[in-house]
This record gives sequence, structure tokens and C-alpha cells, in this order.
Amino acid sequence: MKKRKFGLTMSFLLAAGTILGACGGGDNEAEKEGTTDTGEQTEETFKVAMVTDVGGIDDKSFNQSAWKGIQEFGEANGLEKGQDGYNYLQSQSDADYTTNLNSLARQDFDLIFGIGFMMQESINEIAGQQTEAHFGMVDAVVEKENVASILFKEQEASFLAGVAAGLTTESNKIGFIGGMQSDVIERFEAGFQAGVKAVNPDATIDVQYAEAFDKAEIGQSIASRMYSSGVDVVFHAAGATGNGLFKEARDLKAKDPSKNYWAIGVDSDQVAEGVVEIDGTEHNIILTSALKRVDVAVNDLSTKAKEGNFPGGETTVYGLAEDGVGLAEINDAVTVKADIETKVQEYSDKIKSGDLVVPGTLEELETFSAE
Amino acid sequence: MGLMDILLIIIPSTLLWASPLILTALGGIFSERSGVINIGLEGLMVIGAFSAIVFNLSTASVLGNWTPWVALLVAALAGALFSGIHAVASITFRADHTVSGVAINLLAVGVTLFLVKLIYDKGQTDIIQKGFSKIDVPILSDIPFIGPLFFSNTYWTSYFAIAVAIIAWFVVFKTPFGLRLRSTGEHPMAADTMGINVTKMRYIGVLLSGALGGLGGAVYAQSISSDFSHATISGQGFMALAAMIFGKWHPLGAMGAAIFFGFAQSLSIIGNSLPFLENVPNVYLLIAPYILTILALTGFIGRADAPKSIGTHYIKGSR
Repeated sequence: MKKRKFGLTMSFLLAAGTILGACGGGDNEAEKEGTTDTGEQTEETFKVAMVTDVGGIDDKSFNQSAWKGIQEFGEANGLEKGQDGYNYLQSQSDADYTTNLNSLARQDFDLIFGIGFMMQESINEIAGQQTEAHFGMVDAVVEKENVASILFKEQEASFLAGVAAGLTTESNKIGFIGGMQSDVIERFEAGFQAGVKAVNPDATIDVQYAEAFDKAEIGQSIASRMYSSGVDVVFHAAGATGNGLFKEARDLKAKDPSKNYWAIGVDSDQVAEGVVEIDGTEHNIILTSALKRVDVAVNDLSTKAKEGNFPGGETTVYGLAEDGVGLAEINDAVTVKADIETKVQEYSDKIKSGDLVVPGTLEELETFSAE
Repeated sequence: MGLMDILLIIIPSTLLWASPLILTALGGIFSERSGVINIGLEGLMVIGAFSAIVFNLSTASVLGNWTPWVALLVAALAGALFSGIHAVASITFRADHTVSGVAINLLAVGVTLFLVKLIYDKGQTDIIQKGFSKIDVPILSDIPFIGPLFFSNTYWTSYFAIAVAIIAWFVVFKTPFGLRLRSTGEHPMAADTMGINVTKMRYIGVLLSGALGGLGGAVYAQSISSDFSHATISGQGFMALAAMIFGKWHPLGAMGAAIFFGFAQSLSIIGNSLPFLENVPNVYLLIAPYILTILALTGFIGRADAPKSIGTHYIKGSR
């Protein structure tokens, strides 16, 4: 009998632990209780929140950038993090999107962002149910009156990354690691290829898709294959799969510091991922990063919505001209840094003025010429 | 790309992928040979990965290049402690082994993510600076042909895992301890009659599986992912479980199975550059490892015989 009781206690303990873990994402379950009765007070404050995809708000990439935008908006408008200001919910799996969006809508947030094209279905569903709430869809289009869609011209940022790669490579072999085949990643690929071709027509580009955004070991194996076949610059548009690329490049660099193993980051400036210490001196394998300023877009849309100009049912496209995409600082260790900067400047002026239209699909790439 | 180039990529990456699987599968063998089903290997890997990364991040400045190795020890200890829950529940309190194992898996992810949030106030840790990195084994890498293939551009952990597999084989099949461990898994009553403490042997089996599972997770985290997040361990524990069954609960068999899985995975990555596979669409290459696994499990190995008394509780005096 005693044993059975203990067994019961044990199983409660295990169950409690599991539920505990689920709370990890939204850390203020307890606070919510206390703040529900201040609902009237929040009528005048504009509250904004976001749902991350499985990456989390410190994925050093997409979600992090979106969260930065929301934080900036919150601070500029004197909001506090939490129920009555700005907040986020992290998704642990694809199944969480709908639940998270729904619970934020029920907490009366005025604007709720869904980050990542994987959330398209969920936003569509919840926006249909919660017709009072306003949603921002980043990276995909949802045609609903209460949804504003945000797209980026990723091809323009990756075109500039391609220019940098094409000028940096010494072996004339360049690699591209894609996450999953989709419109967004295709824009990255097409732009990158166009950028390389524009400055270095002799270079060949080795393209491989990992078909996963969270499998570092696949990224590492692909990178290993590319570097050992003579590729010296690899660009990734693969989220956390790209961590494997950085690991491989760091390891190879540590083993043979005289050789060049460059990696190009994506979405936000990933320069911190490339630090490798060799015999006391610090090297960095990140050549540059193709920036997708989700923060700019999120901040911009929040401001519009606050002023009452919520572009519901419309799709806003952020490109180089709107500061929605860009290229990070070029690594100082690159010998041709000055040349790259001149070329990048030249091409970004052309793109901004509309003289150069960067191909956004592989089909357009075939007929593309930089002249 | 010549055959040599292909092998130069495939072999190190096969070994890199296989080493966490080998260690974890060995853990499964110790537990199941003693008669306790351990489906919680995934959870034990999570605990190992988590404790190794946290330890590594907080002591790298003090321990320098020894950090990853000490972190392995810490992870093994943490894994053993955590598997204690499984041991207490399924041996002393006679809970169903599978249910307890599933609870271990869920609990591990929950607890570690909660702790990461508590310690670092974010969803994943930073990247570790002192992980396992690529090495050329001194002297051996100079051997023509074999040197570049097996001893260059590889990781110490690969050899570590293979060495542990050989030690495990010796312990399980060549020592009195191994004989006792196996006997409690085959026929606990007979073992008890011969004066073997069944409960003690089973506890040792489960705790060893925890230590090895923790090692597996730590090796994965420190040589591949370099950080800890919810996606760090996603299914490797179950792959290890499959490797254990595929290897018929034999340490060297499990090692072979794990290497085979690693090989299939690497092949799917490099397939595009092989002359005879370059026209095959990428998606077929990516699913190939799983198809190969199913084929291997059904076709090649024949019947997989589990230890006879696996999953049962031994109650002294009952018949």
C-alpha cells in the first residue's frame, strides 16, 4: 500500500514536471491572473505581440530580428513587456502556432504578428475566427481583411551577398545551402546566383537543400562536402541548419588558419557565430550577412496600425529602397574589402533607383543579365 | 569527383554522426540486458546535452581545452542521476517500463528547457567556444591511403565511441559482472537462486544506461550542434534504440548498426555529387536512410531476440 502511494506521488511529480516545461515559453502564467481586471485601462494603450516559429526569439536570425522590432516599437511608445504592452509566445512545434495565436488574440492584443511562412495556415484560420483582432503575417500572404502581409525582396540582399562572394572567392567555387524549397528560399537562391554571375561569370555555384531548418548535422555534412570539393565561400539560408555550416567552417579554419573558409550569414548579422580563437588570436569566418530587416518591417507596420492606418488585406513588400533588406559589414580580413564595398555600393544604388531588377525566381534568373 | 574524394568526405562524416548513436545504443544494451526496457534514451540524451553545454559555457574560461572532456564526465553523471528516476519507478515500484520511459522523455525536455529559460532567460544557449573540433591523429594519419581516410579531419569522439563499444562488449560477454547482468535479463529467478541480487544488477544496468545516454547527448551537443535548444536532440535517441535492436542487443552489433545509419545519412548528403546518383531527385536521397533502415530491419538480420525477461518485474518468491 505504501509503495502504491509513493508510486502515485511519483507519477504526479513526473506529470507536473512535464507541464512545467510547457510553461517555459510563456513565462508569466501567474502574472496573467493579476492583470485581467485592468482590461478597461488598456483600452487606450496599443498592445502588440508576436508568435515565434520553432526557432525562438534568440535564434540569432529571423525571430530575434522580429522581436527586436517589437521591443523597439514598445520602448518608443512607452510600453512594458508583458500582458499590457508587448509580448511574445514561443512555439515548440508546428502544432503550437494556432494555440499561441489564439491565446494572444484572447488577451486583446491589438496587433499580432505571425513570424515565418510556416504559420500561413494558422493565421488564416485564426484570423477567420478572431475577426476583431489584427494580424501581421511575415513572409507569406494571407488574404483576409484583418491581416496585413509583409514580404521582403530577399533577392536584393542575397544579390549583394552574391557580389561579395563572387569577388572574394579564389577558387571560383561558391556554395549555397538552402533550408527547404519554398518561394522565400528560392528568392535567396536566385538573387545570390545573379549576384555572383554579375561580378564573376566564371564562378560555379554548388546548390544543395537540407530540407530542414533545424538540423545542424545536415548543414555540417553539406558544408563539409562543399569545402572539401574546393568551395571557399558558402552562403546559407537555412536557419539553425546553418549552425552546422559555421561549425564546419570554424573547425576547418582552426585546423588550417592559412586557408580561407568563408561563410555568409543570413537574416541578421551573424558575425558572433564566426569567432574562432587560434593560438590566442581571434579569427572570424563570417564574410558578411544578408540582412532581412524584419525589425524594420515589424516596427513600421506597428506604427502604421497604431496611427490607424492598418493595411488590412494588403501586402507590403520591403526591399533595399525601403531599408527592409541589406548587407552587413564586410569582414576586415578580406583582402579585397575595398573593392567589394565599392561594387556593393554601386549595385545597391542601381537596385534602389530601379535600373536593376534582381530576379526573384530561378526562371527569371535564366534571362537575367546585370548589364 | 573521384572515389577517394568521396570516401574522404563520407567516412569522417559517418563516424561523426555515428558516435552519439553508438554511445546511446550501448546504454540501451546495459539496461535491456538487465531486463529493464529503456525507451527513455532520448530523454537521457537531452539531459546529457543540456548539462554538457551548461557546464562547458560556465567553465570554459577555467578549464581551457579540457572543457569538453570534463563536460562529458559531468553529462554522464547527470544522465545516471536522471535515469535513477526510471530505475526507482520501474524496478522498486514495478511501474510499467515503457510508460516510465516515455515519462523520462517528456520530463527531460520540459525540465531542461525550463532551466535554460531560468538560467539564461532565453530559449536556447549561446554557442560554445571549446567544443570537440577536427583533428588529424598524429602518426596514424601519415599512413598512406588508410591515414587520410580514417585518421584525418575527424573527431576524437569517434574513436572514443568505438573504444567504449569494445569495452562494453568485453564487460557484457567476458566478465562475471556481464554474465550476472545478462542472467537477470534472461531468467531472474534462476539468477536469484544462484545468489545474484537481481534488484541491484538491474539498478546498475539502468544507471549505466543513463551514464552512456548522457555521454551520447554530450558528444552530439559538443561536436555537432554547439548549443542547446529544444531541437538539439530530436529523434537521435530513438535512432539509437533502433540501432540497439538492429544490432541484436550486442555492443559490437549496435556499433555496426549505428555506423550504418551514419553512412546512410552521409550518403544522402553527398549523393548529388556521385556520378551514378546525380540525376536522382534530392528528396529520394533524403528519405533513403529511413528506407534502408526499414529494409535492413526486415530483411537482413532475421529475428531479433530480446532478452527473455525484458519488461517483466521480478518479485521474490512468486512463481
